[in-house]
Amino acid sequence: MSLFDYTIKELEEKLHNKEITVQDLVDESYNRIKEVDGEVHAFLTLNEEEARARAKELDESPDAAAALFGMPAGIKDNIMTKGLRTTCASQFLDNFEDPLYDATVMEKLAKEKPVTIGKLNMDEFAMGSSNENSSYEPTRNPWNTDYVPGGSSGGSAASVAAGEVLFSLGSDTGGSIRQPAAFCGVVGMKPTYGRVSRFGLVAFASSLDQIGPITRTVEDNARVLEIIAGHDKMDATSANVEVPKYTDALTNDVKGLKIAVPKEYLAEGVNPEVKEAVMNALKVYESLGATWEEVSLTHSKYAVATYYLLSSSEASANLARFDGVRYGVRSENADNMIDMFKKSRSEGFGDEVKRRIMLGTFALSSGYYDAYYKKAQKVRTLIKNDFDKIFEDYDVVLGPTTPTPAFKVGEKIDDPLTMYANDILTIPVNLAGVPGISVPCGFSEEGLPIGLQIIGKHFDESTVYRTAHAFEKATDYHTKRPQDLGGAK
Amino acid sequence: MADISKEQVKHVAHLARLAVTEEEVEQLTKDLGAIIDYAEQLNELDTDNVEPTTHVMDIKNVMRKDESREWITQEDALKNAPDQKDGQFRVPSILE
Repeated sequence: MSLFDYTIKELEEKLHNKEITVQDLVDESYNRIKEVDGEVHAFLTLNEEEARARAKELDESPDAAAALFGMPAGIKDNIMTKGLRTTCASQFLDNFEDPLYDATVMEKLAKEKPVTIGKLNMDEFAMGSSNENSSYEPTRNPWNTDYVPGGSSGGSAASVAAGEVLFSLGSDTGGSIRQPAAFCGVVGMKPTYGRVSRFGLVAFASSLDQIGPITRTVEDNARVLEIIAGHDKMDATSANVEVPKYTDALTNDVKGLKIAVPKEYLAEGVNPEVKEAVMNALKVYESLGATWEEVSLTHSKYAVATYYLLSSSEASANLARFDGVRYGVRSENADNMIDMFKKSRSEGFGDEVKRRIMLGTFALSSGYYDAYYKKAQKVRTLIKNDFDKIFEDYDVVLGPTTPTPAFKVGEKIDDPLTMYANDILTIPVNLAGVPGISVPCGFSEEGLPIGLQIIGKHFDESTVYRTAHAFEKATDYHTKRPQDLGGAK
Repeated sequence: MADISKEQVKHVAHLARLAVTEEEVEQLTKDLGAIIDYAEQLNELDTDNVEPTTHVMDIKNVMRKDESREWITQEDALKNAPDQKDGQFRVPSILE
């Protein structure tokens, strides 16, 4: 038994009753990291000295009002942490040891006094679905290290699944929280676009990116989101919409809940084991008094093409800031300034990042803008309209998070289009800007986790959490651990 | 295969400020061709009367008062720079 088998609420009681100390929690993290991270590679940078000092400090001044008091957290390495190395898993930022400020989510977390254990591995600049695009040793799936943990927040999901931290933050542009959460058997939430401030999140595709929590339980997830959510004047796209107390929404009551199941989400291409797990989940909901009907997300098959044009276009603009002038690694082989830009970027970026910058630059270039970028923006409208229409009649949309369980390391890395297709069920959610969560709903014959995706209306994370929580309470998938099933010991 | 030439790839690489080797041009021509080819499927849809979505939320211009406030110091701003001189970022010469 690990301390991280308890929920935040349970640990809070243990701290309060002096059964454990914050130092015990932090020890648990670093001990586990020493045990498994040589195999899992979830961490890029450890914050051990600071974290241990912080734990001691917290033990000396208990604060029952702090909602994450002493809880060990891992942070995806594209979220700015003041004074703590932030690389986005890119060689370009390998030497970025001293970020000048904290992302808004870090400031919000800090008020509730968690302990930052370290920075988590990812696909470079969040571009990828397997973590194999990390420019460091890629993260492996704790359930079976021959398999990928998913991406791009692979380190965020793997660290929670392996019991290295109690919760983590990830970011999701086309599935980057939900897909690794599904592959690693944990709970991952992508909030409504605008729900969480993006200030201090190194931008990939600004109209799609959202930060969200990864945890072992829905309850813990709701608790972290209600802390990091909210309007921020530093992010003009953050929404001025009141943040409900998500933990109050966990009523365990889904009687009368109306569930829509898009037929495209259980169509050909979805693995039979995944389909079966989702059908079983629907039976669970029926037994809890909810009803479901089949619907159609007519344009979802166009989502992947739409997404790659839009996200790459935005990325090509966002990544223009990496020019070797103000931070990062500058090429030593350049004669003049333009040459310095080109060589620094070419030496610092990996293949997938270059590919997407090229695609985006092409789609935005003169003569092609209308045919590709603008066309994709129009199809985005159609995809969003599909969701709007369904949500006139239903409370949530439900389906698998991914078409298959985790795939093997090396299996898809040589073919970008096959890799992209893996995100077909998560991408529409980002394009529409609605919230979506992945919760564990079964295991494949090989012992790999399967994720159930629950999608809600704009700003209705409460219903998403309520729906996810009721399923979790009725099942025990979330209690399984990799080490019990032959994964990383 | 979509019509994208090596010359176009070199032009786009220049626009994107990426130095590419002949080998990379070869690979990128192939990859971009395949991705653009795949994206052509969007042309199956009639979108003549569809408004483009730039932003899912209906956000208009977000204004604030133009007030100065504390942020970072000049020293801070320079401390991660690859090269600096006299309190400024130093770069290689622009003219040859």
